[in-house]
Amino acid sequence: MSSLLCSSIGKKLLMGLSGLFLMMFLLIHLTVNSLLLIPDGGDTFNAAAHFMATNPFIAVVEPLLAIGFIVHIVWGILLTLQNRKARGSARYASGNKTKGVTWASQNMLILGITLFAFLVLHVAHFWVKMKLTGDPLLNDVTVNIAGVPTEVENAYALINATFAELWVVIVYVVAGIGLALHLSHGFWSSFQTIGFSNDIWRKRLTILGNVYAWFVGIGFSLIALLQYLFFQG
Amino acid sequence: MEKNINLTLKVWRQNSPKDKGGFETYQVKDISTGSSFLELLDVLNEQLINEGKEPVAFDHDCREGICGMCSLYINGHPHGPDSEITTCQLHMRKFNDGDTIWIEPWRSAGFPVIKDLIVDRDAFDKIIAAGGYVSVNTGGVPDGNAIPIPKDNADESMDAASCIGCGACVAACKNGSAMLFVSAKASQLALLPQGKVEAARRAKNMVARMDDLGFGNCTNTGACEVECPKGISIAHIARLNREYLSAKLQD
Repeated sequence: MSSLLCSSIGKKLLMGLSGLFLMMFLLIHLTVNSLLLIPDGGDTFNAAAHFMATNPFIAVVEPLLAIGFIVHIVWGILLTLQNRKARGSARYASGNKTKGVTWASQNMLILGITLFAFLVLHVAHFWVKMKLTGDPLLNDVTVNIAGVPTEVENAYALINATFAELWVVIVYVVAGIGLALHLSHGFWSSFQTIGFSNDIWRKRLTILGNVYAWFVGIGFSLIALLQYLFFQG
Repeated sequence: MEKNINLTLKVWRQNSPKDKGGFETYQVKDISTGSSFLELLDVLNEQLINEGKEPVAFDHDCREGICGMCSLYINGHPHGPDSEITTCQLHMRKFNDGDTIWIEPWRSAGFPVIKDLIVDRDAFDKIIAAGGYVSVNTGGVPDGNAIPIPKDNADESMDAASCIGCGACVAACKNGSAMLFVSAKASQLALLPQGKVEAARRAKNMVARMDDLGFGNCTNTGACEVECPKGISIAHIARLNREYLSAKLQD
């Protein structure tokens, strides 16, 4: 087993599995985010955020998520460094004119670094304030959860205030597009790496991956943009 | 239409593996569009010899696209701008009068340059020696239908077996990965009953050797498949991943 994780295919397996795990997380994240678009002053979203924050299942998954991110980032850098070495320093003077290779597939590290930069900002915007430092905007509000009035953190107010600034929204839209590009290769590639692909499934996974990637990427971007345009004041 | 063209060639010249190397520019005249790319280099070399200069060293053998000896990275593509052919099958009619053609060796840490356009592809032989064979005495020729083999498997195995081991996949790969070659050489055997017996051991040994030799990690860009002169599919890479992982998990 130890030799598996040292081998090229083993290291890629870690990339693929952590990638698949993160892609499942993104779907859940987007689902909860979509509640931001319900025009009820954020009550539904706050109730959902309260559920996520107090759920014992989420308490277990949150550290796993952090590990997933770390593994994906560290191994991504590790593999890229190895690949640069394997490629050697000499470059082709006549360039690379290979057709039919997607731009995203050749720039996964650059896209990944962009997403990491976004992630740092994103965590500072929300996670740090919600979990560590607190913020006056987060003061408790009362929402009805299944008929029971419950005191919950006003996460909606913090998000709404963050998306009131244009530069934040622009960063989020750009990051959403970056995410879509990253996933447009990452989705099918993770299945290929774990061995779940052949000539037929490759076509299916590529189409499914593109649908998933742009759904998720545009979804996140759109929510930020709509918050800025229609949910202020 | 057959005609003659004049070309400018930018050829990589390097005296020895340690030498720094660089491009030399040559003019060639009256090249028949009916000739092949290697015949162009023959003409160039004759010209160089007549001028008392050292001819360009390049690999070639069968000159009919089956031996895998010729290489050359031509104008941004391994084996040149045409698809699913080797350099020796590339016709000069693919170029126009007055064109400048860049001719470079394969570039990868796994394939060091020996001289000019010749690279050392011994690494591929070492990977084959690690497991790319069937190690049982098969005896005499068995009756054709004695072992039933599904048509799909036979076809896929034959497709994989069409790999000539030229190294274009490594040359095209931004990661210097040899996965297309290794997966084709593992698949051609693993898909048939005679080769299936050793499939797990073969996958483990060939991948381990490939890693030892310093080839990169496949990131599924698919450039290898596009540039492969035999059109080998990266579906074989998925199969090798599958075989390798299940073999390792059973250890």
